[in-house]
Amino acid sequence: MSQLPVIFKRELASYFATPLAYVFILIFLVLSGVFTFYLGGFYERGQADLTPFFSFHTWLYLFLIPAVAMRLWAEERKSGSIELLMTLPITRFEAVTGKFLAAWVFAGIALLLTFPMVITVNYLGEPDNGAIVAGYFGSWLLAGAFLAIGSCMSALAKNQVIAFILAVAVCFLFIVSGLPMVLDAFAWAPQWLIDAVASLSFLVRFDSISKGVIDLRDLLYFVTLIVAWLAATAVVVDLKKAA
Amino acid sequence: MIELRSLTKRFAQHTAVDALSFSVQPGEVLGFLGPNGAGKSTTMKMLTGFLAPTSGSASIFGHDIQTQTLQAQRQIGYLPEGAPCYGDMSVRGFLEFIAEVRGFRGAAKRQRVEAAVAQVELEKVLGQSIETLSKGFKRRVGLAQAILHDPRVLILDEPTDGLDPNQKHQVRELIQGLAHDKIVIISTHILEEVTAVCTRALVIAGGRLVADGTPLELEGRSKYHQAVTLVGDGALDADALAALPGVAGVEVNRSEGSLTVLAQPGQVIFPQVNALISQRGWAVKELDVERGRLDEVFRTLTRGEAQ
Repeated sequence: MSQLPVIFKRELASYFATPLAYVFILIFLVLSGVFTFYLGGFYERGQADLTPFFSFHTWLYLFLIPAVAMRLWAEERKSGSIELLMTLPITRFEAVTGKFLAAWVFAGIALLLTFPMVITVNYLGEPDNGAIVAGYFGSWLLAGAFLAIGSCMSALAKNQVIAFILAVAVCFLFIVSGLPMVLDAFAWAPQWLIDAVASLSFLVRFDSISKGVIDLRDLLYFVTLIVAWLAATAVVVDLKKAA
Repeated sequence: MIELRSLTKRFAQHTAVDALSFSVQPGEVLGFLGPNGAGKSTTMKMLTGFLAPTSGSASIFGHDIQTQTLQAQRQIGYLPEGAPCYGDMSVRGFLEFIAEVRGFRGAAKRQRVEAAVAQVELEKVLGQSIETLSKGFKRRVGLAQAILHDPRVLILDEPTDGLDPNQKHQVRELIQGLAHDKIVIISTHILEEVTAVCTRALVIAGGRLVADGTPLELEGRSKYHQAVTLVGDGALDADALAALPGVAGVEVNRSEGSLTVLAQPGQVIFPQVNALISQRGWAVKELDVERGRLDEVFRTLTRGEAQ
């Protein structure tokens, strides 16, 4: 465990060493604003809450988070620095987790920079700030789940663009698995299977959290998902590192 | 001590390293020789714990690389082929990162980084990002990270590849200047390097060990070992030279106008040749006794295996 912070620190700093971090944060802030005020009808609703803000996060993350995650492992393999990293006295766990946490904290920083939203809504009305905090927390969990998937896809592909596309595709499946268009395809299946597929959906889980309801089961869902995808990342890194 | 026991690595199509067994003692500078694709890098990748062997094992000072990976890796400083680094980091930032991973903090960290920087002369580029550096400097950054924790084992994969003659010389001096209780393994296909820095040379081809000895012993295997080359003004009598006791044959190099008299294995023929020259009164401009040609030994050893 002792070297995890070292990996984390280097990884987080490397985001800010290139324009990537600033470009990402800028695009995230602009898009989340556009979605909230134009598509979400923030003013027209006449309610002091951030539901229009959070409800678009799933779709915003679908494209933005894989862009953050794609470099995690693909870049190491492309440049060969993975050979350096994996021959340093660190465990696979430290490397995988350190990198993931750095990306997650980075996403968290971007998310926190949307604080003017909170100020705005508090200025305009009297929102339930507890629900807003829960929404932020849920959104961060959602980002974590996307990142864990993206990290695994990045380990799978040497090319960052392919890593990005793979991650978008897998994340998309997790988003839509609760929608009728997917569930209808399972019409032949027993009810428990349909329920199982539906319960995988980010949309359903995130919807309840973003309304301020933190259910232990939803929490467990996201944590399990992150752990499982990180475990898969470790396996894939081992299999693919020399290729 | 490093010990390899039937270390084997098979990829889908071919066997890269085939039951390699040898051991290296502290104080040895081992030159790892072989044509491209012979399995040098693969062996080094297994020794450093990057690749898992298909079968067999390797241990670094008693720590098995498979089961006690971290303990083994702590003993090793490794320069991978091509010296990959994090290009977007500054030299200082990168070396500090390595120092921290190696468990150094605070003053100890600063001191380690400074020592490594001084050893490979990186002072001028400390603040630059690594991707802006020249090839020679990048290689030195790679060396600095390998020697930073003063490891007992130094594994360098083609440390001088792509460097200019001055830079090659610097790297060799650095290796020679390391403490004498270390194990150093260098892979190379530059043969002069082996004679220059190694105490022992190991030749592999097709994943198998084909020769193991000091550079001198390897030179001794050459058919040119103890051969005498003559450059004469007038005609030299090749048949008379060939008839001398202990002579295996005579090669005539027409382009240079010289003769090379080959010795039978274990024979010293210089006195006989010299006696014949004075007896016949030949005007000889140049007379050269060879130690052996390493490149010729290398070709003979690896030609059959490489295909």
